[in-house]
Parts: sequence; structure tokens; C-alpha cells
Amino acid sequence: MRFVDEFRDGEKARALAAKIAALCEPGRQYKLMEVCGGHTHTIYKHGLEDYLPEQITLVHGPGCPVCVIPMGRVDDAMALAAEPDVVMTSFGDMMRVPGSNGSFFDAKARGTDIRMVYSPLDSLKIARQNPDKRVVFMAIGFETTAPSTAMTMLRAAAEGLTNFSVFCNHVTIIPAIKAILDSPDLRLDGFIGPGHVSTVIGCRPYEFIARDYGKPVVVAGFEPLDILQSIYLLMLQLSAGRAEVENQYSRAVPWDGNAVALRAIGQTMELRPYFEWRGLGFISHSALKVRQDYAAFDAEVLFQVPGVRVADPKACQCGEVLKGVLKPWECKVFGTACTPETPIGTCMVSPEGACAAYYNYGRLTRTRVAAAGGARS
Amino acid sequence: MPGQADLARVDVSGVKRVINVGLLSDEPPAPGDWVLIHVGFALSKIDEEEAASALAFLEGIGQAYADELSALAESRIE
Repeated sequence: MRFVDEFRDGEKARALAAKIAALCEPGRQYKLMEVCGGHTHTIYKHGLEDYLPEQITLVHGPGCPVCVIPMGRVDDAMALAAEPDVVMTSFGDMMRVPGSNGSFFDAKARGTDIRMVYSPLDSLKIARQNPDKRVVFMAIGFETTAPSTAMTMLRAAAEGLTNFSVFCNHVTIIPAIKAILDSPDLRLDGFIGPGHVSTVIGCRPYEFIARDYGKPVVVAGFEPLDILQSIYLLMLQLSAGRAEVENQYSRAVPWDGNAVALRAIGQTMELRPYFEWRGLGFISHSALKVRQDYAAFDAEVLFQVPGVRVADPKACQCGEVLKGVLKPWECKVFGTACTPETPIGTCMVSPEGACAAYYNYGRLTRTRVAAAGGARS
Repeated sequence: MPGQADLARVDVSGVKRVINVGLLSDEPPAPGDWVLIHVGFALSKIDEEEAASALAFLEGIGQAYADELSALAESRIE
């Protein structure tokens, strides 16, 4: 496919890798965080770590929509789904996220009406076709997905639908990055900035990272060469002692983002005072809720939401993985009790989760390298 | 699509489907344009010039690497 295949050339990847290696100062270790789960997926799928010198460690960040949803929120959604006449609708990767009493898939198997949708517009269609049902859309995701939910609510309002609502769990990326920057556990040298989020918010919101924390940010595309080029640009900045925001993904990301999308979010949603993130805890002003003007489409207003708080399972270390403190394979249950088929934690659920990406693409390489006497970590 | 300005028919690797282009209403895409799609909505238009300049950069790096490799192959240190 155009704009994809050209960014997957192995020769060019090796050339970039050589450039990157040449920029490493002897004896210095570099920790670069890819914020977005989509990048984590590309990195493992294409074995990009194998192209990089030992001195560079990629740290996987919190930008995986289903990974950051706390268990209590899943339980709340289950309670909504069990209300009379409710049809719960959800994206596919959310279907497998475990709550304290199983996942959406488990509840569906028990007879609860939960349907998988590709787009919130599919939920709207289900609502139109089933006027006697109350259709709830389980809205998750960062600024990439929030505009779609916003547009769907605007459309529901324009059509005068009265049986469609949104259980809003949208989160915002900047407070999560700030929480990581302020966390004492982790010392990062730079950030591979999230590409798809940036098509909406643009590049300016990252300027504080360069200005206040002195760390470079390169907004990156999702093909292997995009990521390697972004690492090269980060290394160029680090070797010159610069800290700036650069846009490697300019073919899709306008510097100022998408004004229409930001307006749609602003019109229908507002910031919550605080929101609980799996692993990161409560972060203030880090999530969105439906504005009062659109309360007719707010599941939290229309239904009794229990507001459950559940501690993560003791064995699960998703929190540490999400903060980048722990590598997936360092978790006690990785690949044994916790696998993509029977996940304990969210990071093993989504293809964007670090544990799932590593389980699917990385673990065999690691065993092979270890057997050959290497010591990559 | 006729009569529905916020919908468009797209081809995703050979699969035809209808998506919503309402988020691009500031600069509506024309037939033949490439867009980035997420959950049924077009989020941004792919900028051909920017893609070409990214590729030119990568070509440049690839060429320098190829030159270095061939120089290495030709080198005969005795």
C-alpha cells in the first residue's frame, strides 16, 4: 500500500541504524520512551530493538487505550450492561479486558447483550434500528478516538435520538506524560511522540517537555522506518545538547492538529477533576466526561453507575509496565498465568499493550539470543 | 457521497467501505486523496509533499550507506 511499503525497507533501516549507532557517546546509556502503544506494536513486530545499539533502551509508555482502564471502570460498565433493555457496544480489544467478574466476552457468553462495534457510528445505527432498546457505547481512548465519540453524540443530537448514550472513559495524553516525567522511578532521555493523537492535538502541547524538562520529543509515524528515523532525530538532538519538539510524521500530522476535531471534543466533553488510571493512579484533569448540555447522551447521568474501585490483581504488574519501570518479561506472571488468551492484566489484552506485543513477537527472539550467548535486554 | 457531504466511499487495501469525513470539514478531501482512518472517521489527509520529503531523506541516508559499503568493499588495506 502507498505511504506504507516505502517506509519498510530493510536496507534503509540498516543505514539509519548505522547513523544512530554513530551518534551514541561511548559509555552513555540512552532511555527513550515511545509513548504510544501503536509504536510498541511496530517495534516488536518488526524487531526494531535488534537494529539498535545496546546503549539505547526503548521504554514502553502508557499510550494504550485499553491498558489504562482500571478494573473498577470495567465493573461499572458491566453493571450498565446488566440494566434492563440495555445493549452495550464496545470496540473489539475492550471486549477481552478482565473485570472482577470476567470480561465483556464472558458476560456476553452468559447472555448479556454486548455487541462488538468497529466505530461509534455502528452503535448509533444499532440504536436507530432498536428503538425499544437503550444502546450504550463504551467510549475509550485518547484524543485520537475522542473526536469520533464527540461527532457521534453531535449526530445523535441532530437526529433527536433518545436511546443512545456514551459511557465516557476518554483520557488525555499530556497529564499521563507529565505524571511519568514527575515520577522519580524513571529517568528518560527523550520521547518518541504519539503520531495519531497528534493528528488531533498537533505538536504544540509537547513543548513543555522540551522547555520545562529539557527533553527532546519527536512525533513519529507508525512504520519501522518512521520510528528509526525518529530515534535518529532524537539522537541528533541529544548529541547536540538540544531539546526541541520535531515532527517526523508531517505527512499526517499538521503542527496545529485538527481544529474541527478539537472543537467537537470541546463542544460535547469537558475535563474531569480527576480520573483513575491503571498503574498510574489518580491523575488530575486527565480524562473527559460528557458536558451537561449533552447529558441526554451521558450514560453516567442516565444510569446508576456504582463507581466501583477495585485493586488490580496482586500478581499483575501492569502498573510498572505502563510506567516503563518494568519490562514485560520481568513480570512474575508474564507468559505463564498471563497470556493473550487468558490475560490477567490489560497490557496483555490489547495488541498495543507492551506485554501482548512482546508475547506475540519478541519472546522467542529473546530466548534465541540468550541461547546464542547474547544478553540483550 | 451524493446528498451526504460528511460521508465518503474509500478503498482500504481493496476493501470498499463508507467512512465519515466530518472531521476534515475545514479542508474536505477530494476523490483520489489519501486519508488516515480511525474507528470509521478520517482524522487527517495524507500530505503527498511531506511524504515525498520524508522519503527523500531516507533515500539520502540509504545512498550514503550504500556508498560507504561500496567504498569499504573497494578498500584494499595492505
